[in-house]
Amino acid sequence: MPTASPLIKLDAVSKHFGEFQALKQVSLEVKRGEKVVICGPSGSGKSTLIRCVNRLEAHESGTIVIDGIKLDENPQNMRKIRSKVGMVFQQFNLFPHLTVLENLMLGPVRARKLSADKARETALTYLGRVRIPEQADKYPRQLSGGQQQRVAIARSLCMEPEILLFDEPTSALDPEMINEVLDVMVELADSGMTMICVTHEMGFAKKVADKMIFMDHGEIVEEATPKKFFAAPESQRCQDFLEKILQH
Amino acid sequence: MLVTRPLNKILVLLLPLLLSGCAADWGWYVVNPTTKTGMTNLRFLLSGLYYTVSLSLIAILISVFVGLLVALPGLSQKPYLRRINRVYVELVRAIPILVLILWVYYGLPQVTGLSIGVFWAGVIALALSDSAFQAEIFRAGIQSIDKGQYEASHSISLSYTDMMRFVILPQAIKRILPALGNQLVYMLKMSSLVSVIGMQELTRKANELVVSEYRPLEIYTILVLEYLVLILIVSAGVRWLERRMKTDER
Ligand SMILES: Nc1ncnc2c1ncn2[C@@H]1O[C@H](COP(=O)(O)OP(=O)(O)OP(=O)(O)O)[C@@H](O)[C@H]1O
Ligand SMILES: [Mg+2]
Repeated sequence: MPTASPLIKLDAVSKHFGEFQALKQVSLEVKRGEKVVICGPSGSGKSTLIRCVNRLEAHESGTIVIDGIKLDENPQNMRKIRSKVGMVFQQFNLFPHLTVLENLMLGPVRARKLSADKARETALTYLGRVRIPEQADKYPRQLSGGQQQRVAIARSLCMEPEILLFDEPTSALDPEMINEVLDVMVELADSGMTMICVTHEMGFAKKVADKMIFMDHGEIVEEATPKKFFAAPESQRCQDFLEKILQH
Repeated sequence: MLVTRPLNKILVLLLPLLLSGCAADWGWYVVNPTTKTGMTNLRFLLSGLYYTVSLSLIAILISVFVGLLVALPGLSQKPYLRRINRVYVELVRAIPILVLILWVYYGLPQVTGLSIGVFWAGVIALALSDSAFQAEIFRAGIQSIDKGQYEASHSISLSYTDMMRFVILPQAIKRILPALGNQLVYMLKMSSLVSVIGMQELTRKANELVVSEYRPLEIYTILVLEYLVLILIVSAGVRWLERRMKTDER
């Protein structure tokens, strides 16, 4: 049964940057279709954690298993996992020298070996899903931040991933553009995508999260359902943090 | 870059020449296109153009290719690969071009048992010498690309080759284009050194004509102008290319 074992399983994952320990024995399980929202103060290791999931950072100890594949030095495993795991970045990281359509078609054509026609079709479908089908032939710099981030989401979707990772996808956006991106993310969540989102958009978290995680100093300090998390967090650190960000 | 208004610059440079050309000690007749010998001499001088240009172009193509191949290990995480890059660059950069030309032409055939013509000896020497600089240019250009571009490429599961070919290099090359243009200019100038092994390029032709006509001043002045025009054309070409690549993105 696919639901029996978790889709993502991290067990005692640790990571140092030089002397500094960014992750301390972090364990986490995510089931297929589950939405996890991670928050925590700056430098607490949120990005490092999700970047370990598609091996943008290599963990040193502990194990990471994704859909039954163990993530290690084996480049074949890494490629398999990266084709299952999409990522959306704070800074969008679109390819500036390619048009929107080319940005979307590159992965499908080169990595998934789709024909150009099929890849274009897929690209246009997802561009419609993120509601900017008319921007296909523009270059990223011609789009607003919100539009660029939606293109980035579409680019991930074109790889038909099973898991999407979001690293503060709205923190580089002007306030009036945040919602257009969050709306797309909510729709994605409703469609059953497995998602891990690092974000401080608590409205979004309340709406979609199955599980809330609070990190501090490289550790998962609090892990709870949103209801419990927002009503009565167990740790003092988490309470203080929520107070701070929910103030305004 | 080199100049903004090539024509103006040429005129400014020509003016003192023309003025002093009126003085008695100039003998422009050797290259006077209205006389038969003058015309023959001019043709003779210009006939070196073909070799200068083809040698430089072939050499720069090879050196760009080799430079890229040498630059890539220089960007690796693995120290021993980076060391290969360093050793190559330091070694090749330390050899004077003239020495390399002589070594390739007279020395290499003894090592390999194959004799190579002056043209290919020149191409190999110039390409080799320039490849170290190209490697450094590529390395700097590639390093200037934002790390987010690599991460995005990894996240859509591109292979290393695809990532370099479709994402990193197209952006890096755009940035290093002015530097590549400078290298081509440099190459055109350095190709004059290949005259020492007897290649019939511009400088060699001029030398030969000087020997038979005894008018070094006029003939070398023409030589200067030949290089000047050639290089101004190249600079204009590079600028045009840069502009075109920029507008591509808008
Ligand atoms: N490549 C790196 N080299 C050295 N230190 C790093 C590196 N990446 C992260 N760190 C350090 O590891 C710690 C955790 O970083 P991380 O980016 O995971 O934090 P974060 O929770 O995502 O913070 P933020 O909210 O600011 O994005 C920080 O102290 C950071 O300085
Ligand atoms: Mg972060």
